[in-house]
Amino acid sequence: MSGGGDILVRAEGLTKLFPISRNLFLRPTSFVHAVEDVSFLIKKGETLGLVGESGCGKTTLGKLLVKLLEPDSGHIYFPVDGEPRDVVTLPGRDLLRFRRQAQMIFQDPYESMNPRRTIYDTVAEPMVVQGIGSIREREKRVAEMLALVGVSPPQLYLFRYPHELSGGQRQRVAVARSLILNPSLVVADEPTSMLDVSVRSGVMKLMLELQQRFNISYLYVTHDLAVARYMCNRIAVMYCGKVVEMAEAEELLGHPLHPYTRALLSAAPDPDPGYVRPPVEIKGGVTTPVNPPKRCRFYDRCPMAAQVCEEKDHPPLEDKGGAHYVACYRV
Amino acid sequence: MTGEAVGLPLRASRWQVRARLLWRSWRESWALFSHNRVGLLGLGIIALFGLMALAHPVLIRTVWDPLIYDPVVGYSFDEVLQPAPPSARHLLGTDPLGRDILSQLMHSARAEFALGLMAALVTVLVGTAIGAVSAYYGGLIDALLMRMADIIVMMPTVSLLIVLGVLFDLNMYSLAIVIGIISGFGGTAIIIKSQALSLKVKPYIEAARVAGGSHRHIILVHIVPNLLPLAFLYMMFTVTAAIFSEAVLSFFGILNIRMSWGIMIHTAQNAGYLLGGTRYWWLLMPAGVSITLLCGSFYLVGRALDEVVNPRLRRR
Ligand SMILES: Nc1ncnc2c1ncn2[C@@H]1O[C@H](COP(=O)(O)OP(=O)(O)OP(=O)(O)O)[C@@H](O)[C@H]1O
Ligand code: SF4
Ligand SMILES: [Mg+2]
Repeated sequence: MSGGGDILVRAEGLTKLFPISRNLFLRPTSFVHAVEDVSFLIKKGETLGLVGESGCGKTTLGKLLVKLLEPDSGHIYFPVDGEPRDVVTLPGRDLLRFRRQAQMIFQDPYESMNPRRTIYDTVAEPMVVQGIGSIREREKRVAEMLALVGVSPPQLYLFRYPHELSGGQRQRVAVARSLILNPSLVVADEPTSMLDVSVRSGVMKLMLELQQRFNISYLYVTHDLAVARYMCNRIAVMYCGKVVEMAEAEELLGHPLHPYTRALLSAAPDPDPGYVRPPVEIKGGVTTPVNPPKRCRFYDRCPMAAQVCEEKDHPPLEDKGGAHYVACYRV
Repeated sequence: MTGEAVGLPLRASRWQVRARLLWRSWRESWALFSHNRVGLLGLGIIALFGLMALAHPVLIRTVWDPLIYDPVVGYSFDEVLQPAPPSARHLLGTDPLGRDILSQLMHSARAEFALGLMAALVTVLVGTAIGAVSAYYGGLIDALLMRMADIIVMMPTVSLLIVLGVLFDLNMYSLAIVIGIISGFGGTAIIIKSQALSLKVKPYIEAARVAGGSHRHIILVHIVPNLLPLAFLYMMFTVTAAIFSEAVLSFFGILNIRMSWGIMIHTAQNAGYLLGGTRYWWLLMPAGVSITLLCGSFYLVGRALDEVVNPRLRRR
């Protein structure tokens, strides 16, 4: 990939299938191919954006990365205590140390906090379960983190309950919690999509600031291209469990190559009113990734589809020059 | 530190803050509960029986001569005929063995409370443990536990208790434990499990896992505390079931208990007085009404708590 910087995470061939129906003998007969053969890497301190329509597998991929889900196949290389390890086969005793390094921020700030626990309990939980610090140290650290994310004065909020905070404040608390152990990777699953528009940019700015300060890498999931443009260094576009295009953010948004990406961009409002983007037509109807046939996943909706797209399996993700990766036979 | 948020001085200790928070959540729940008239009525009746139970030992020690008023071995020498109807000396009369009915009634109240609360406690422990484990681990453990729960639910409780009472020497304590297990491992476990299932998929459980929380941590810190309100609710219904079962078993005389409301009715029945219509009403009514009232009160309190615990049931 272009640019310098050390690699933090390398995911190779990640696949996750969810069984959805079983035969008489409880053998699964059909699967949702939520994520299939996805590879990418994230450098230290950079943000990789993950965009795509609802149900294309963004959340699943994020959860695979932080080991909330086990992949059916594939590898995730990530440094645990300084040495690169395959997280997928990480033995239980090292799992706790991996958890210090890889955290997640969830989409819904109303559901990601236990309503019966105070803000202090919520933010301190990672320290508690990891056995880090005395009670006094934890209290100090939690107050520090709350001040850092702008929930201040911390004394006023430590012993409040989540329902006493606004959505924006809660998401800031979630950020504080995810960063309290100094992780190197944070998966943020649409962290602002449930927030009021007025507080969104505040939370995004905060996340960028903290990234600069602590050299954190983000996998930033969103379905909003404007958000992706603002937050991300590179963007990966997912469709039906596959990454179909991946490039530097400006490159991808300025010169989309995959027909799906182009359709996405033409559907999004353009920030530059002087530029008239050629409209791209795609046929309606969502292809559900249930036992998908062996051909390009986008075939049914693609305006450029040709015979080769149907005859061969899904196209591989290839570098079309300048670290611009596209999975399409006709680009 | 940090007492400010709950209206304490800034340097209040964390325990003071925790205590204040607990107190506040209690007050909020009480505010919801006290809207329910029927629930308050139930609570009042329970308190009344509680007072009766507490007053009995005091009365025995002060104004009631144990020789006459002891609920089990007392004898009313000044009545010529037993059972004697209510009089100034024996406000609710005496039983066929010459014992004061009011004293028996008050004495038994304590046993009924002990029985009910113990059964309820066992129910909650068993029901919450089984429900939480079953929902959290799923798979084979879940299948096994739930089939056992189904079997327990399918068995008719009272007949089962009668069989157990005949086979074993059941006293108040073993009865409480048996009822607690039947109710806890049966219906309560199933209901708690379904609640736990809905908790299990909450993002805060995933957040705890990402933080590195063990299964034990997640069950004890995130699942069980969120199950307790519901478990508490089913405690109330178990109390009702326990008191009622005790009455039935005692009526058949298969419990090894010296005195209880059920025994009082059993005594009257044994001596043939239940056939006499309403002529000997004081032998049946006090115990019968008490059983009905106390069972009903716990049930009403349970229903009122249901509204506190279950926001969907709240009237606007
Ligand atoms: N636990 C599960 N069991 C079965 N199917 C699942 C499960 N989780 C996700 N799926 C399916 O996998 C696919 C991808 O889901 P995922 O949540 O990753 O999508 P997403 O891109 O995050 O969508 P959204 O934008 O709506 O959040 C969907 O079709 C979904 O129905
Ligand atoms: S491979 Fe063919 S069907 Fe698939 S996106 Fe490219 S042109 Fe369309
Ligand atoms: Mg999602």
